Amino acid sequence: MNLLDDFFLRAVLGGLGVAAASGPLGCFVVWRRMAYFGDATAHAALLGVTLALASNLPIVAGVSIAALAMALTVSIATGRTYAMDTMLGVASHGALALGMVAVSLLPNVRIDMMGFLFGDILAITRADLGVIWGGAAIVAALLAWRWRNLLLATLNEDLAASAGVDAGRERLVLTLALALLVAVALKVVGVLLITAMLIIPAAAARVHARTPEAMVVQAVGMGAVSVVLGLQGSLRFDTPAGPSIVTAAMILLLSVNLAGALLRRAGRRA
Amino acid sequence: MSGPLLEAKGLGLAIGGHRILSGVNLRVERGEILTIVGPNGSGKTTLLKLLIGAVRPGEGEIRRARGLRIGYVPQRLAIDHTLPITVERFLGLTGAEAGARRAALVRVGSKGLQDRQMIDLSGGQFQRVLLAQALLRKPDLLVLDEAAQGLDQPGIAQFYRLIEEIRSEIGCGVLMVSHDLHVVMSASDRVICLNGHICCEGTPLVVSTTPEYRALFGLGSEGALALYQHKHDHSHGDGATGHHHLHADPGA
Repeated sequence: MNLLDDFFLRAVLGGLGVAAASGPLGCFVVWRRMAYFGDATAHAALLGVTLALASNLPIVAGVSIAALAMALTVSIATGRTYAMDTMLGVASHGALALGMVAVSLLPNVRIDMMGFLFGDILAITRADLGVIWGGAAIVAALLAWRWRNLLLATLNEDLAASAGVDAGRERLVLTLALALLVAVALKVVGVLLITAMLIIPAAAARVHARTPEAMVVQAVGMGAVSVVLGLQGSLRFDTPAGPSIVTAAMILLLSVNLAGALLRRAGRRA
Repeated sequence: MSGPLLEAKGLGLAIGGHRILSGVNLRVERGEILTIVGPNGSGKTTLLKLLIGAVRPGEGEIRRARGLRIGYVPQRLAIDHTLPITVERFLGLTGAEAGARRAALVRVGSKGLQDRQMIDLSGGQFQRVLLAQALLRKPDLLVLDEAAQGLDQPGIAQFYRLIEEIRSEIGCGVLMVSHDLHVVMSASDRVICLNGHICCEGTPLVVSTTPEYRALFGLGSEGALALYQHKHDHSHGDGATGHHHLHADPGA
């Protein structure tokens, strides 16, 4: 009997794979205030699912393509006619609605909509694990490779330009990474909660981090702990797995903030 | 290397039908301090962004010396509160080693700040750290956009003295934008007066006496100009005084 025969273990490994990539990427989403952008990209995943089912592409490929197309469209169209948040709101919710309509129009296809919306982590197969870890490794490698340039472009685009770094190119790198992460995380937490896995661990990591690198490491750690705690909670209380992971992440975020506040108060008194 | 550090010809930019700059020609020579002055909204910051390559010009061309290294201090660097970064790590983004980072902090008079968070620095400390960052790029050209902001009056004078010292130490050219007219005028080799186009340029002494400059900065009274002990008695003919006037076109 192989370890990977255990569905629970596969779920944990799948979740950890997502946490490894969403930690660093989530930090950039928080630093650059891209949360809404992440939502729009993630919601396009449903359209990608339709695309994949209609054209017999693998789901991962369809989702990556749709997410990337959405991300690029939004970055190009932003600020032209409407304010950024209006534009992103339209794109984000429009993509979600359109995706659900499109999936239901496919002939002879019955799919588990809840699975796509909130993830189906307990049904992860070995092949899924390969896709998740492969995709997560690519995202992490991409960010590590561009790390200094990405940081510089995030701090100040003019400063980056003066050092010969093209901020537009670095933005494209992040967009690519985000599209890939959406495809990878779809099965784990679903379309609706991908942004949560990006933002919540990173926000929790901010409390005690003193450098960008420390924040990334802590975000990965927070994500990993959320996955393990969430899955265990889901097993014990018979709650849906994806939302349980995000709930665990929320509890972590609150605890870290509370601990931070208490420490500061103790520090003032001392 | 020889020739100018940077040369721009016929530089222009319009954003959304709104013209910001037109017909700007300028050169920055090695080792000189060139200051751009002008009222708010005159396109100073935009011009610097064009010259460092952060914004693409609508018209004209920019030639940079081969391998030109630029140290840049932006007008505003708003670090998002969610981004934790120490001074040490920020300076590390230049790729400089620990020893060089410490030395740069000492050089700008900010010894001991390395472990502080960037967002916790005071305005003056922040500007000094930005300058240290620019120095760590080993610049051939320092580009400073209102770099002395957030400093008090003695601090401003001290800051520009520091810039002059650094220029002599490492022989870099300096291109800066400033509001601190009096201090800057005395610290610059050459001044360009900008208002969407170049109104006038030349040595500080010469520029400060031109009608264009006086009109822009409201220095109509001879009293303010008496500072320079200078009478506007030079000729405007064929560059004999090493400067020239470009008179405002009526359309601007």
